[in-house]
Amino acid sequence: MTELLKLQGLTKAYPGVIANDDVGFSIAKGEVHALLGENGAGKSTLVKMIYGLTKPDSGTMTLHGETYVPTSPQAARAAGVAMVFQHFSLFEALNVAENVALGMENPPKMKDLAKSIRDVSQAYGLPLDPDRTVGDLSAGERQRVEIIRCLLQDPKLLIMDEPTSVLTPQEVEILFKTLRQLQSEGTSILYISHKLEEIRSLCDGATILRLGKVVGTCDPRTTSARDMAELMVGETLHIPTRDAKTSGAELLAIKDLNYAPKNPFGTRLKNLSLTVHAGEVLGIGGVAGNGQDELLSVLSGEARAQTGTVTLEGKEISKLGPNARRALGLLAAPEERLGHAAAPNMSLIENTALTAIIRKDLSKNSFINWTKTENFANDIIATFDVRTPSATAAARSLSGGNLQKFVIGREVMQDPKVLVVNQPTWGVDASAAASIRQALLDLAAGGAAVICISQDLDELMEISDHFAALNEGRLSTPRAAKGLSIDEIGLMMGGSDTASNTQTTEGVPA
Amino acid sequence: MISLVKRPQPSKTWVVATPILAVIVTMILGGLLFAAMGKDPFVAIRTIFWDPLFNPDFAAYSRPQLLVKAAPLILIAIGLSLGFKAGIWNIGAEGQYIIGAITGASVGLAFYPMEAWYIFPLMVIAGALGGFLWGLIPALCKTKFNAPEILVSLMLVYFAEQIMISVSLGALRNPEGNGFPGSRNLAQYASSANPELIAGTGAHWGVMAAFAAVVAAYVLLSKHMLGFQIRVTGESTRAAGFAGINANRLIIFCLGTSGALAGLAGLFEVTGPAGQITTSFNTGYGFTAIIVAFLGRLNPIGILLAGLLLALTFIGGELAQFMLSLPSASIQVFQGMLLMTLLAMDIFVNYKVVWRKKEAV
Repeated sequence: MTELLKLQGLTKAYPGVIANDDVGFSIAKGEVHALLGENGAGKSTLVKMIYGLTKPDSGTMTLHGETYVPTSPQAARAAGVAMVFQHFSLFEALNVAENVALGMENPPKMKDLAKSIRDVSQAYGLPLDPDRTVGDLSAGERQRVEIIRCLLQDPKLLIMDEPTSVLTPQEVEILFKTLRQLQSEGTSILYISHKLEEIRSLCDGATILRLGKVVGTCDPRTTSARDMAELMVGETLHIPTRDAKTSGAELLAIKDLNYAPKNPFGTRLKNLSLTVHAGEVLGIGGVAGNGQDELLSVLSGEARAQTGTVTLEGKEISKLGPNARRALGLLAAPEERLGHAAAPNMSLIENTALTAIIRKDLSKNSFINWTKTENFANDIIATFDVRTPSATAAARSLSGGNLQKFVIGREVMQDPKVLVVNQPTWGVDASAAASIRQALLDLAAGGAAVICISQDLDELMEISDHFAALNEGRLSTPRAAKGLSIDEIGLMMGGSDTASNTQTTEGVPA
Repeated sequence: MISLVKRPQPSKTWVVATPILAVIVTMILGGLLFAAMGKDPFVAIRTIFWDPLFNPDFAAYSRPQLLVKAAPLILIAIGLSLGFKAGIWNIGAEGQYIIGAITGASVGLAFYPMEAWYIFPLMVIAGALGGFLWGLIPALCKTKFNAPEILVSLMLVYFAEQIMISVSLGALRNPEGNGFPGSRNLAQYASSANPELIAGTGAHWGVMAAFAAVVAAYVLLSKHMLGFQIRVTGESTRAAGFAGINANRLIIFCLGTSGALAGLAGLFEVTGPAGQITTSFNTGYGFTAIIVAFLGRLNPIGILLAGLLLALTFIGGELAQFMLSLPSASIQVFQGMLLMTLLAMDIFVNYKVVWRKKEAV
């Protein structure tokens, strides 16, 4: 195979961190090459340089044997490099064809464009109607818009940044078929992911990054997932073997909850029921946008459910606000750290007062005792190893992982009876993620119930006693996590509870 | 190459430094403006900032005026700042000021010519209540119908002005006023008068109320739960919802309180410096207080200083018009410059300027 793109000695430093240090590898024509690494390993910086979004400090790139110095994404596209981002840049109020036209330098007539979108979507098995409004599309369909936008430029190299993080296992299969077809036509693909099984089933070569450096290359078809994972994290992957705990008393129950969010793009919760017991961790999986935020807000008290649907220790709480629920022992930590779980410009002390005043008794006659609040903030910082110059630092000055440790710590240290967390380790580095998960397990071991909503299946398998999945606002029946297969999980995420003759995805967790 | 780099957290130094720097830059720009108009810029700036306080020819008259003019600005701005901090925009303080003056004056006039100690306190309560209720209208429109409080409160200013003109000509007109529009003079009616309490300072009850409001707002914002809720709401409405803060209650509190303080300012004005309700009773304190609130960075102490500074530009501006025959429009431009430069300087609070050479490739 001939070489398409060759990277040599690419280095890029940001203040305080070397994002890429002497990175080099090459991608052959028609190769699907995986770029593997944990969050913060430097994958994004590297592809930003290839796509012309940032310039390397040193090092060279060659494309088709010629020096390649993209100064902008436009230049990269002109050279035949296209990219599908993890976060889509689409206008929800416009239709598919209009969105595609907006990304083009010289868009053709709408009618012609709609026809070429239809042609490409059929040719590559990506069903998509150019006249549909993007706001009505699922995450998977939105991704197709982005992919087709790229394919219309007839790229030589397609970069895909964690494309499957928003897809169900079944949608992943469709995507992989498309990618294999592209590969057979000679298009090279740089595939960024940290999902090992996907890479094993799709890619021809892999480069593994850790802390900005290339720590290994391998043929993923012949390397085991465990070996790749060890290269990636530098330690061994743990396999959960715990038995599910169900012995404790019932703490929180939701019964036949129906909830329509105020936000028109929100997801309606339909007929949702669940129970959690003392000492239990209930993991709730599912692709983003299937009702996770709505479920959290119904539990935190930010949204009110119909009477009789939510009970805590048998007590009706459906209509109580957040503080009344805190008083009873139901605490929550939302997904969005800055601007929801914490106020960005306020200090950690003030952010402690945000949720802890009631349970930690931090006020008297409506006057806040700031000394006591600061002491509690310092307790959280010490216990959860939050790296910050002091408790007076603004929330937004902390890194994502440290702020997340603070947010989780703030709730955990209030001794909740039930704690609901949404995406507790999203965008958090590996060691912070591990300590957050441990804190949740310790909390459950101490007799509390934990509901963990997450899109990270590995995380859910690691900590959950029971597992359920959200799909379009419906929750599958919770099942013991031990012994679940990836197929069963996929079916739960896809909205069907019982396994039948559906096509299965490849691979079993290592 | 100059570039702006976002600070990890707002700079405490620059929060204090930007208003001072803004005043200096305004003096320079204003000086250029006055020079372009053919006036000596140094004399003009001195006339505005120095002469009202220290020139022996004017100071005896203009120095007490400083507190008289600053008090309503501070009182109103303190109320507005509570709402502004929470992202609740009361633009209609001028209307609440007018209504407070009318309701307060009405109570006083109802007792005329009886003399009793309790009349003035009753008028104070009526003034605050009038402003409170007028401020409650946009609050209820917001909470019940989600109507923008900016528009509703602003529209109510013009409504209040019409009421003021109507009562000056009708219900509250002085029966012994030979048919001229305007109420009886409350400053000359002992039981309703709001006199200078300390001779030569201009300090009347309104000045005391303004100082009390500064202290109360400071305590509220730094120690009280309600102040904390106001600050969280201004930071992020989602975080406020998560903290269990009732947004509607906060809207009612902020608009009601700022209305009550504006009403008080109106009452102290009508019983003291103005003396009577006339067709042109209001002079724009309610709008200028918006500038004062921002100039003071929505901080009670800052508002105290900003109110004094703006009062000074009023008095000095009048002096400059009178002494140097500068047009009043140029003084308004000058005051506008002050707000513009302050907003422009704001960037230094969250960003720092970095000079760096072109990035090596």
